[in-house]
Formats: sequence, structure tokens, C-alpha cells
Amino acid sequence: MKSYSSFGEISFFQKIKSMDFYLLISVILLGLVSVIAMYSTDISDGNFYHSFNHALRFGVFFSLMIFLSFINIKYYFSFSIFFYFIILLLLIAATFFGTTVQGSQRWINLYFINLQPSELMKIAIIIFLARYYHRVQPDAVNTIKKFVIPFIILIVPILLVLSQPDLGTSVLIALSGIAVIWLAGINIKYIVYSFLGLVISFPFVISMLKPYQKSRILTFINPDRDPLGAGYQIIQSKIAVGSGGLTGKGFLKGTQGYLDFLPEKHTDFIFTLFSEEFGFVGSVLLLILYAFIIFRIIIIGSNSRNYFGKFFCYGFAISIFFYISVNMLMVLGMLPIVGSPLPIMSYGGSSMLSMMIALGIVMSARIYSREIIS
Amino acid sequence: MLGDGIGSNVRKSNLINRRMFIASAAKAVVFFGIVGRLFYLQVEQNKKYLTLSDRNRIRENKLPPIRGEFKDFFGKTIAGNLDVYELHVIPEQVEDFRVLITRVKQILSLSDKDVDKINKTKQKQKPWETIIISDNLSWNEFSKINYYLYDLPGLKPVISVGRNYPFNESYSHVLGYVAYASRDDLSRSEIINERHVPGLRVGKNGLEKTFEKELIGTNTIQRFEVNAYGKRINQLEIQNGDQGNSLRITIDTEIQNYANELLSGEAGSISVMDIYTGEIIAMHSSPSFNPNDFLYGIGLKEWKDLNSNPFKPLINKTISGLYSPGSTIKPIVALSALENDVIKPSMQVYCSDSIDFYEQKFHCWKKKGHGYMTLKNAIKQSCDIYFYEVARLLGVDRLNETARRFGLGDIVLKNFFENEKEGVFPSTKWKKEAIGQNWYLGETLITGIGQGYIQSTPIQLTLMTAQLANGGNKIYPTLIPNKKNIELIKKEMEGNQDYDMPSNYPSLVRNKENIKFVLDAMFKSTNEVYGTSYSSRIEDPKYQFAGKTGTAQVKRITEAEREQDRKLEQIPYKERDHAWYIAFGPYKNPRYAMTVLVEHGGSGSSAAAPIAKKLFKKIIDRHEEREKISNNKIILS
Repeated sequence: MKSYSSFGEISFFQKIKSMDFYLLISVILLGLVSVIAMYSTDISDGNFYHSFNHALRFGVFFSLMIFLSFINIKYYFSFSIFFYFIILLLLIAATFFGTTVQGSQRWINLYFINLQPSELMKIAIIIFLARYYHRVQPDAVNTIKKFVIPFIILIVPILLVLSQPDLGTSVLIALSGIAVIWLAGINIKYIVYSFLGLVISFPFVISMLKPYQKSRILTFINPDRDPLGAGYQIIQSKIAVGSGGLTGKGFLKGTQGYLDFLPEKHTDFIFTLFSEEFGFVGSVLLLILYAFIIFRIIIIGSNSRNYFGKFFCYGFAISIFFYISVNMLMVLGMLPIVGSPLPIMSYGGSSMLSMMIALGIVMSARIYSREIIS
Repeated sequence: MLGDGIGSNVRKSNLINRRMFIASAAKAVVFFGIVGRLFYLQVEQNKKYLTLSDRNRIRENKLPPIRGEFKDFFGKTIAGNLDVYELHVIPEQVEDFRVLITRVKQILSLSDKDVDKINKTKQKQKPWETIIISDNLSWNEFSKINYYLYDLPGLKPVISVGRNYPFNESYSHVLGYVAYASRDDLSRSEIINERHVPGLRVGKNGLEKTFEKELIGTNTIQRFEVNAYGKRINQLEIQNGDQGNSLRITIDTEIQNYANELLSGEAGSISVMDIYTGEIIAMHSSPSFNPNDFLYGIGLKEWKDLNSNPFKPLINKTISGLYSPGSTIKPIVALSALENDVIKPSMQVYCSDSIDFYEQKFHCWKKKGHGYMTLKNAIKQSCDIYFYEVARLLGVDRLNETARRFGLGDIVLKNFFENEKEGVFPSTKWKKEAIGQNWYLGETLITGIGQGYIQSTPIQLTLMTAQLANGGNKIYPTLIPNKKNIELIKKEMEGNQDYDMPSNYPSLVRNKENIKFVLDAMFKSTNEVYGTSYSSRIEDPKYQFAGKTGTAQVKRITEAEREQDRKLEQIPYKERDHAWYIAFGPYKNPRYAMTVLVEHGGSGSSAAAPIAKKLFKKIIDRHEEREKISNNKIILS
């Protein structure tokens, strides 16, 4: 039983050949769509600041992804704990010493990029837990001993991000972590219990929330409560999507977008803008593209011979799904506005960076799918 | 370990894959949910959201409608429009109101008082209501503001429509005036509410108010695309409004102006009517005011002055002034007595200077009395004693019946003025209802000479005179040229040189001879020696007119005062008699009736009749011009 992976060396040509081109093309396609959408947001500003930056970032980080995909998956495995703690350190730094924007302290100014460690934490948590469960047998997952570490690993960044405050990202980190823990075989009842616990503690959580977060949740329940304040975003977003119709208002013709009725149109509400201009058809096609990317990642995961790769791919696939659905359900008025970017589409370097790192690891899992990590 | 490891590895693998499969199924469900939501919003509710999106981005800018003009009978503009440059601001749309006002103050060099006023208005209004910073910018100031507009967000230079009355005070009481629409105006009239824009001026009075609906016009509507901050991005379309309808009225500006001139310095009224068509040829109330003063909102002091002026310039005395008609009522008293066969024209009454009825003394105006009088002479010389007797024989109720038929005690210009008064023509029933007392015979006597409870407006007397002069036929007074009326009369006239009433016009009298008798008496009153207005006669038959003077007491004259026989100048103004004159002419072929009233002018023959004489010349001179238009020789646009 000879596995070339055990030799550790694959030729460059082989590496290229064994990449998942469906995934690559899908990501490139998504990048193109995102630049087009970003270009549309720039129209009313009269400069091309966002679209240029976005395209540049996509190019740079996509190259980074290719580079990362050539690195053997076992190095990620051995590097994972270190990676997690680096990100955790950055997160602590950002939480306590970072730049404050709109009342939330979540950025570190690195001069060339405003890094948001919480975005990277979304990936770091998956890497760490994949590494952790790589060796844990399904029977052991439900023991207290094997539950304490993942719990601490998960709860620390969640609390940090929550205190920034950044409800959206902390929820997404939690969901990503829970996804991996669940995949590892945790008894479903624990998740049910903790969910019930969450529901019971909901009033306490509410009382601890910042006023703007409270108002967002209340506004979600009834957007007309405050149509010019917190409800404004939901109402305008629904108007934009709804007025798009079947085929949309056309590229650059989304009035809600270029007349600035849409809030945060570069970031969280980019899907709204896209949906206004390209309509139901465009939105569904975009959703299919995302679904296809998720599908490819799952396929790569299922073909991976090592649990680390499997856990990571599956965990990341579920996480992307959460990113997408939380964002879309949010802009479509079915979830409170918590602030979560749409992967690759939304403007923002950290989010793009973390996506590309993760995709790089996924691609590495593909290239080194036969690598066995003991 | 390895075997065990393989087994557990397979289990682990299966577990992970199974769970991933479950997760994928859940994902698919959520994604379909998202698709469903998209379908609901974008396909099912598309219309609703499209409307909302348009409402977001499209702002309408309503411009003030352009008001219809008023023209006189000859098509001359008597109320027109002019562009007014205004500066508006909506406080809500301004970031820092104080800074803005300071800048505007500099640019327009406003006074501190102006700024105070603006700040006060701001406090009074809601933040989204427009404040008019200035309603009277010069073109220079207006362009200057436009030049600086880029850094004065929230400021709105507006070209509004103002009203211009070229004949100043001549038409004030007929047309009224326009001023900014008040809250009352908005709640009163739906059309004003609908067409309202800040700075809109609406009719406050007179025909401007009555014909608001016709005059107001429709707004020009500009549609703009705006961004979320309300900034205009581009103009989408412009929907031009229509100017309101222009209205031609029956008044002749030449005569109207002349009436103004004749009454200048006096308080009083002149009204002239076509006795066949009922068209008002002139209608003036003195003193008047300049309606152009209301264009930019009248000052508080000026407004107070107008209100407290003892000559009451704001009241249209012609339709709202209530007076005792005095002797001008005598033709109707005579007619009523004749119609009711109460007396014969040959009845004689001896007039000393007074007469006792039921232990009360009643005086004639003439100190030494008229001697023996017959009916015709009694009208001609206006003998009070004779008419006491006539009234006594007639009774107030029969007199009331005739007088009301001829237009006394009722609104004359129905639907034209909301402030017209109906006055009073008393009857026994009226007194019972209004005062709750029985009628005394003495009251009948003084009613017979137009004193006592009787209260008339000048226009009622004009209508009465016109209906006497046209042979006792009912006419319908109007301020709008009455084509139908004229056509009807013209048809009747075919082949006939003279005007006469169409035969199907309702007659107000039983016996036409009675009318002729009264008219003849009025002719003698003006054109024969001893007639009360003999000195104001015109002998040229072209202008010759007939009339009746009236001198109405405003207070009871005491015996002491009667003894004194004071001259006019010795009597305080407010106690002087009102001077009346009613007339029609030309006598041979009458066409016009008029009433002249000079408040506290003394006697009708000395104060009112001379004015009528001058005016009559003018009216007859204008007659031909008027006929050209009535006969469609000149077609008015």
C-alpha cells in the first residue's frame, strides 16, 4: 500500500493538476461578480475607490490562496494551535487596544490593512477544532474531559468579540465552532440543552446588550417601530430587493443603491444592491454559485484521507453556509441586522483574507488528499 | 491497535459523513427558504416595493398656480399677475439654522428685526413647515442668493405669483384682494388645500374669494430624483399647470374710476345697474383701500389703521352698509298705495309743518310746510306729511309686500358676495318675531318716509330703482356678463329701436299705469321747478334723468334742535343726515339706474344729486361703447 503522499513530495505540475478547478473557477467567478457589484456601489460616489480596492484585494488574496494551497496539509495541522493563539492574541489586542469605529473596537491598524482579527478567528476556530478532533474517537467526544478544551477554546473568542461589541461575528464564530464539534460526534442533546439554556438566559443576555443591539433586535421584530432609525436599514433593504423584480433594474440602475438609500451598501448590504440590479434571477444564480462552492468543498472534504482535512472542509463548508444565510436572511428582513459580511462579495480585507486562507487550506486538502496525518 | 483503529476510523468517518449529510440537507432547506423569500419579495410583492422605491427617490415640487385674471367689461385687465421673488426655508432641512440665517442676513442685509421675526415664526411653526424669509426680493437680491446657493443648503429661492391691481383702490370692494392662504383658508376650501404651496395667495374677500375655484389654476409640478439626503440629482419631468380662468365682469373701469373720484373725501357708495340686464356697471364704496398693500402681507400698523378708521374703508358699504333709505322709499310707498287701491293720485293732504297722530307730533322736513299736496307733488317735493297719511292708509304689511317684491330687505347679488347684508324691511310679523313686540301705528308712519326699523343697502335701492325704471319687471342683478339675458332682450328688440323687457319677464306690478305715474313723479322731482333735485337736472334729453332724493336721519331730532335750525357745519359729523339719491335715465328711453349715498352728507339734494348728475353724463357717454360690445361688434378675447 503505497501512498505517494507518504513521500511528502509531489511535483509542482502534479499539484496544479490535482487542484479542484471547479472550485477555482467558481471562486474567480464570484470574485468577478463581487467586483461588478462593488463598481455599482461606487457610481454615486463618482470615484472607484471601493471597486479598485476590492479587485486589488481579490487579486492579492487569491494569489495567496494559490500559494497556500501548495503547502502540505500536514503543516497546517502542526501549525494550527499556534495559528489559533496568534489570532487570539491579535483579537485580545484589538479588543483592548484596537481602533474604534462606530462604537465597536474591533480593528488593529497595521498601516497597510485595518485588520479585524475576529474575522480570522472564524477560520482559526475551525482549524483548531479540526486539529483537536483529528485524534479524538467519537466515543470520547461526549466525555467531560474531551469537552472542556473545545468549550474553552470556543468561548474565549466569543466573549472577546461580544465585548467589542460585535454580535454578528461572535455568533458566526460560535456557529462555526459548534459545527465542528457537532461533526465530531457530540451528542445532539448537549446542543439542544445548551440551546435551551441560551433561550432561558435570553432575557439576561438582552439586558447585557448595548442599547443599539437591543434596538436592532426589537426593530427586527417590528421594523416600523422606528422607520427612520434602526428600522430604516431593514425597510430600505426590503424596498431595494423587492423593487428589483424578476430580472432587476439593470446594472448600475439600482436607484436604491446609487441614490444612497441603502445603508452599508459596500459591506453587509451588497447582496441587496446586487439583488436590486439583477433581480430574482441574478440572486438565485448567485445563491447557486455559493451552493456550488459549498458543494465542492464538501466533496474535497469527503475525499480527504485525514480527519483534519475532513473536519476542516466540512466545518468550513457549514460555516460558509452560515455566513451566507445569516447575511441574506438579515438583508431580506428575516433576521435582525447583526452585521455579518457576505463572503467575498462584501467589501472588507479581513473577511476576504480569512476566506482565502480557508480556501487555500481546502485546496491543500485537495492536493494532499492522500496525506495521512497520524 | 491498528485493527481497532481501522474499525473506529471507519465509524468516525461514517459519523462525520452522516452528520455532514444531515447538515447539507438542512442547508438545502435554508437555501430554498431564501429563494422563497426572494420570490416573495421580488416577484409577488414587486409592485408594492417598486412603488415604495419610487416614493423614496421621486420628489414632487409644486409651483404656485397662476391665477386667472379679472377683466372689466371692455376686456381691460383689472387684476393681473406679476412675478414675485421669494426666499423660503424649511428648518428641518437645514443643518444649522442660526448660521444659515446669519449668512442670509449678510447677503440680503436684513435688519435685526427681520431676523427676530424669522426666528419667531420658526418657533411658532412645525420644523417641516416653510418659513418665508422674504417675499419681496428684488431681481438683484434674488440672483445674489442664487449665486451663493451652493453653500446655503435648505434655502429655496422661489418665483411666486403675486397679484397686481392696476387701478389700485378703484376695485377693492368689488374684487377684494388676495393674501397668503391662512390655516382657515386651507381648512375651508379643499381646492386651496390641494393646490397649496408655501407663499400661495388666495382671495380673501369679494369676487377674488367667491370665484376662487375658477381663478386658482393648477400647479405646475416638477418631478425630481433625489438621493437619500434629499439632494436633487436630476429632473425627471415637468407637468405644466394651467392658469386659472380669467373672468370678465360687467363693470366699466371708466365709470368705476369716475365714481371713485366723485366720492373721494367722502364716505359713501355709488352703484349703477343696467335696468334690463341687471348688469352692475359700477359699484364703489368710499373710502377704499389699496389692495396692492396686501401683496406682501400688510403691516400690523397699516392693518390697525384700516380697521379703526371711522370711515370704515374695509366695509363694502354698497352691499354691507345698512342705512335708513329716507325719502328714496317714497316711490315704492306711492306705488304700493296705488297698487292696493288705497288712494287715488288726486287725494289731497294739507301739509303745515307738522301733524299730530295719536298724541304724537310728526314733522315734515320743510319748516313751513308744503300746503295742499297731491300724490305727484308729494313725491316731487318729498312731502313727509303726505306720506304719513299714505302709510297710515296703506299699513306696513302691504307696503312690506310691495317693497320686498322690488328687492328691499333681501340679498341682491346672490352668490357674488358672502358679506352682503339683507337689511330689514319691517312688518308686523317681523317685529313680533325679531323684537317680540306689537306694531305701533306711529312706526308705520315713519316707515312711510323711510325711517324707523327699515334698513337698506345702497344696492337694494339701485335694484328697486332699476325695477321701477324698466316698467316693473323683475331682473337678476349680476357682475358677470349675462349673455343669455342679453340675447333674450335683443330678440325682443328686433326691429324695435328701444329697449323693452321681454314679455316673458315676470312683472312685479298689477297695473303698469301705476309705475308710469311714479316714474313721472320722479321725473318731475328732478326736472321741474320745486322738485327736490331740480338744481341737478340736465336738460339735454340725451342725458336727461329722473330721480328721487333722500335725507336719512341718523338720530332723533329734538324739539330744541329743530328750533335751532343748525347749518350742516354746525352739526357734528356723526350726527349729520345721510344724503341719498336714486335715479334712472335717460328718461325717454331709460337704460341705467343708480344710487348715490353720501354718509353724513347732509341733504340728498345738495350732497348726493349733484354727484349723480356728473356720473350720469359719464354713463351715457360710455353707453355707445358698451353697446358695441353687447351687440358683438367688438369681439372680446
